[in-house]
Amino acid sequence: MRFEVAGRSVHAATGAVTIDRADAVDAPLVVLVHGAGMDRTVWSHQTRWLAHHGARAVAVDLPGHGHSDGPALSSIAELAAWLGDVSDALGDPLHVVGHSMGSFIGLEAAATFGDRIASLVLMGLGASMPVHPDLQTAAEADDPLAADLMAGWMHGTDQKFGANPTPGMSMTGTSRAVIETSPGGVLGLDLAMCAAYDGALEAASNVTCPTTVVLGRLDRMTPRRSAQPLVDTLGHATVIELATSGHAPMMEDPDIVRSALLDHLFPVAI
Amino acid sequence: MVEPDHHRFDTRALHAGQRPDPVTGSRAVPIHQTTSYVFDSVDHAAGLFNLEVSGHLYSRISNPTVAVLEERLASLEGGVGAVCTSSGQAALHLAMATILHAGDHIVASRNIYGGSHNMLNLTMPRFGITTTFVDPRDPQAFGEAIRPETRLVFAETLGNPGIEVLDVAAVASVAHDAGVPLAVDSTFATPYLMRPIDYGADIVIHSVTKFLGGHGVAIGGVVVDGGRFDWAGSGRFPTLSEPYDGYHGITFTEEFGTAALSMRARAEGLRDFGACMSPTNAFYLLQGVETLPVRMARHVDNTHRVVEMLDAHDAVSWIRHPSHPTHPDYELANRLYPKGAGAILSFGVHGGREAGRRFIEAVELASHLANVGDAKTLVIHPGSTTHQQMSAEDLTAAGIGEELVRLSVGLEDPDDICADLSRALRASQKG
Repeated sequence: MRFEVAGRSVHAATGAVTIDRADAVDAPLVVLVHGAGMDRTVWSHQTRWLAHHGARAVAVDLPGHGHSDGPALSSIAELAAWLGDVSDALGDPLHVVGHSMGSFIGLEAAATFGDRIASLVLMGLGASMPVHPDLQTAAEADDPLAADLMAGWMHGTDQKFGANPTPGMSMTGTSRAVIETSPGGVLGLDLAMCAAYDGALEAASNVTCPTTVVLGRLDRMTPRRSAQPLVDTLGHATVIELATSGHAPMMEDPDIVRSALLDHLFPVAI
Repeated sequence: MVEPDHHRFDTRALHAGQRPDPVTGSRAVPIHQTTSYVFDSVDHAAGLFNLEVSGHLYSRISNPTVAVLEERLASLEGGVGAVCTSSGQAALHLAMATILHAGDHIVASRNIYGGSHNMLNLTMPRFGITTTFVDPRDPQAFGEAIRPETRLVFAETLGNPGIEVLDVAAVASVAHDAGVPLAVDSTFATPYLMRPIDYGADIVIHSVTKFLGGHGVAIGGVVVDGGRFDWAGSGRFPTLSEPYDGYHGITFTEEFGTAALSMRARAEGLRDFGACMSPTNAFYLLQGVETLPVRMARHVDNTHRVVEMLDAHDAVSWIRHPSHPTHPDYELANRLYPKGAGAILSFGVHGGREAGRRFIEAVELASHLANVGDAKTLVIHPGSTTHQQMSAEDLTAAGIGEELVRLSVGLEDPDDICADLSRALRASQKG
């Protein structure tokens, strides 16, 4: 699917189900937002399933990522404003499902443009996201080492061994390829804006929409403890902890994340 | 600089793709000898059939034992995923059938396994897919043969039987400049010696039967998806980048991105063509992959001993192995294959066809059969066996003379291998 936001083409996966079909006008509009250096396909375990389970699912490629037009934006605030524009373009408030940097974008958007964000599901985040200096250096140099470092840190211990929920696929191999094939310079920009964003707690204090936070206990990029101040500030959020997930629960525990999405969306919107 | 946090190659050969069974604690990979899998609910079944959720539904499409082997091979090659097949030839066919249509064209190395040459030269044209064969040592020749309808460049990383060393990066660059992916058959190399995806290859095919299995007891193949080729950006691969009615309008590049090829190969290719690997064969082949690093190191060491012996033998007219300074790809092999350029070599026996036949008849330890990559040393005369369907002209173009003997060096004591070959060579000269 392609649509326009501020004159630029946005690419998204919709599970091969059109979102403007007549029988879906009242279905929740779920926009899934990926993290740094990634693209829509990190949600491949959820997008098509949501589209066939009562939602209008839109897994976007952020500006300058995947197949969306650039340039990539350079701050969480700009991306939050862009998400507000997505709501305007699609014509309804958004149920935002965010991962890592995508969680920060959703959080900031809900705090700033509350009328356009119906609810939040946030995963793989902390109150801040410091970036290892070697990763930042490699990312800014478009060195494949950056993809290798992220793929190694991104997933829980189990994925060092494998046994991917999708038969025959390598989770670390897929993550590495997605990051490696991201447009030049994008990962460095994304990581820098994650490290620079210091508004998570303030944004959380202004969020009033229903919120679910999904946290992996094996997360090494945003350790579980780093999310606690955010959870405390949100106050009202439903928190789901996954014992075997790392930084990417939607890939590592897709069944539980789908179930969490259902629980989140049903009382809120369906 | 901090190091990536991954298990290293030898560890992944033993562990990648498997965690001990959570129910039984079984340490070895269990053989899931089942055709089918109980669904949790009607909704779960519908989700599996519609590619909404992942899992196993029928063993023609996926199986837990086979999936361990697939994930392990994907990990060892540095790909995003893999699809195992009933044989190496089924893997080559699956890769082509997933991305090609009638009217499409392939540019292929002319120095490839005879069975692959037959498929490209004789069989695929019946389905409207034609091939131009070129010299694998000339990367520009691949580019010059590419036409507007070309959709694939194909070669072997180590050619068969001449062990031509493919300059993977150079050929990948030529292919990518034309918006076409590079597929390589890397059976002779194995990921232990060289990982083609690291040099730009997009699809890696293996006959797992050979060195990966190593024991000669099970047939199997694999397609490893590199995940780096931009199928949608190329605009030439509608099976991946346009809606497919077979799964309610799904577009594989849109939903699965870097995994589009492997997802379509499984969801359509195994579903419709059905050339799946059996779980028992996957189990056997996994036993081989577990010891791949130590076996390949020994294969290469033994090969160097055999090359030294042949080099000094009066009955040998020439030797073709990339470790030998007379091989045209000696320098390239040193660069691409620092651990050694495999354990397959060919050589000529003084006295031509008859002397070659006497040599084959005289070996006692080495086995005369149509296979390579076994733990045991194997010999064959390609001109009368694996490449017999090729015309004399094609044989000459492929560098296969009547006197050529192909040798797959095994894991026996190298002194015994050398003694057997030396004695048979002496016998070959007593005609």
